[in-house]
Amino acid sequence: MATLALDVLPRDTSPGQWAFSRLLRRPSAMVGLVVVATFVGLALAAPFVAPYDPVATSWSAIRKAPSAAHLFGTDELGRDVLSRVIYGARASLLAGVVSVLISLSLGIPIGLLAGYVGRWTDGVISRVTDAMLATPFLILAIALAAFLGPSLTNAMIAIGISATPVFIRLTRAQVLAVKVEDYVEAARAVGNPHWRIALRHILPNVVPPLIVQSTLAIAAAVIAEASLSFLGLGQQPPAPSWGSMLNTAKNYIEQAPWMAIWPGVSIFVLVLSFNLLGDGLRDALDPRQA
Amino acid sequence: MSTFLTRRLATIVPTLLFVSMLVFGLQQLLPGDAALVLAGEDHDPSVVAYLRAKMHLDEPLPVRYVYWLGGVLRGDLGESMRMQKPVTALIAEKLPVTIQLASMAIVIALAIGIPAGIVSAVYKGTAWDYAANAVALWGLSTPNFWLGIMLILLFSVSLGWLPASGYVSPFEDLRANLASLIMPAFVLGNAIAAVLMRHTRSAMLQVLSSDYVRTARAKGLDERVVVLHHALRNALVPIITLGALEFGTLLSGAVLTEQVFTIPGFGKLIVDAVFNRDYAVVQGVVLFTATAYIALNLAADVAYFLVNPRMRG
Repeated sequence: MATLALDVLPRDTSPGQWAFSRLLRRPSAMVGLVVVATFVGLALAAPFVAPYDPVATSWSAIRKAPSAAHLFGTDELGRDVLSRVIYGARASLLAGVVSVLISLSLGIPIGLLAGYVGRWTDGVISRVTDAMLATPFLILAIALAAFLGPSLTNAMIAIGISATPVFIRLTRAQVLAVKVEDYVEAARAVGNPHWRIALRHILPNVVPPLIVQSTLAIAAAVIAEASLSFLGLGQQPPAPSWGSMLNTAKNYIEQAPWMAIWPGVSIFVLVLSFNLLGDGLRDALDPRQA
Repeated sequence: MSTFLTRRLATIVPTLLFVSMLVFGLQQLLPGDAALVLAGEDHDPSVVAYLRAKMHLDEPLPVRYVYWLGGVLRGDLGESMRMQKPVTALIAEKLPVTIQLASMAIVIALAIGIPAGIVSAVYKGTAWDYAANAVALWGLSTPNFWLGIMLILLFSVSLGWLPASGYVSPFEDLRANLASLIMPAFVLGNAIAAVLMRHTRSAMLQVLSSDYVRTARAKGLDERVVVLHHALRNALVPIITLGALEFGTLLSGAVLTEQVFTIPGFGKLIVDAVFNRDYAVVQGVVLFTATAYIALNLAADVAYFLVNPRMRG
């Protein structure tokens, strides 16, 4: 299998390019990538794309059904739902990316330490990881957000910390598998210092599964941010966020059902796209599936 | 068996200890004087003084932790400032509602997830397989509070078949109880069905390619018997142990689902506590949840050990 994979690999292709070319051949992953890119584009270009100011209230347009003037209708304060959905992408994407960056910046060094140093360091880190994993992700995030105080920044910190143990475990497991390889032994034999072996020889081999996990973790973080905002622990009003929009929409479900549809559809489509992309990356980065 | 259990229990004790430190540590995140924050908005001096004495706030952190842990070990999770009740009493009061909701959700998840996983594995690569995978992806990507709102829109607002919110005790009116819980249970079961479907599919694919299944087919057994009796029985072991890990998803989901449908359960307890700044309740719920999760995983491991003769050695 391995030689087969090498045969199809042109001499001047890096592993990254090889994986990317394999990703391009997966239609579902490409759909995911295009949709994610579209959401990122909308979030960045929100001031130019959104037809109205997302926080501008209008007493003459309260809870108006979708029309040519307001394609997604208006909310309980007369704000344009479409504009709020577009601006809401900012909170969701920001929360998704930043919280996963927090998890990565904590999880990789700690996991590397546990896997490389071993012994009691590993024992302590593993037990703390177990303790965090024993607390359901969202409940831990709710508790952290509750004690830190409600805001988007604190929600991102809470989600990031709650998702960290998964990254510690993953990094640790990869390091344990890689550190017994011959080339690591060789690097040690020629006298490389430990930090250099850990960073230059072990870390690069840990990256592929971390990329896959990060993509899937962004999907989970987007749902988590929406959940915390839905509970009032994330983005604070009047700033738009899909979760807090749904929280308000729930109170007007009989009078203004359109308020509840689009923020939810947006969460669903964005999360689905990250999941499709993550599944595609997993297959593309797996050399066994050449 | 005894060495396996001893070893397993030996890892649980430090884990529980770290859980307790984590939960105790949450309190340290509160900005400023914990007694002032916990006393609520009126800052009644007598309440502040009472709290300061009860929480030993004048002592150093490790001493306070030992006092707190001592209380927890005696079953004292503190007191709800808002309800003026012990946290353990509140948990005991709300838990049965969530257990009923969670049990109904599991039944729904099993009823959807396992058949879908079997169909998807048996008809691998066909339209059935793709359809089952699409349903699983839908289940994993739908935020369950939104699904709840959409179901309310359809079944309560448009069709008027089911109540939009509220809860009726099964001892009062079983019919009304089931009517109030069927939508939330479906919402909660939906996400778990997706995970079960994926586990069932991969476990079945593995079992279906094994020698004894080929032998069973070679004997001329009916395909139905091969799949349901020979393959499924062995595939169920990993499905059940992996399924036990979904307990966390179930509880996290219950928090949101109970909020959407206004069900007075365990999840609503933590959300209400968060809004009322009733921090002892938040801590108590987290501690209880983590302990329950650890106990459930232990039970799953023991069950796995008992049904798998190879592990007995």
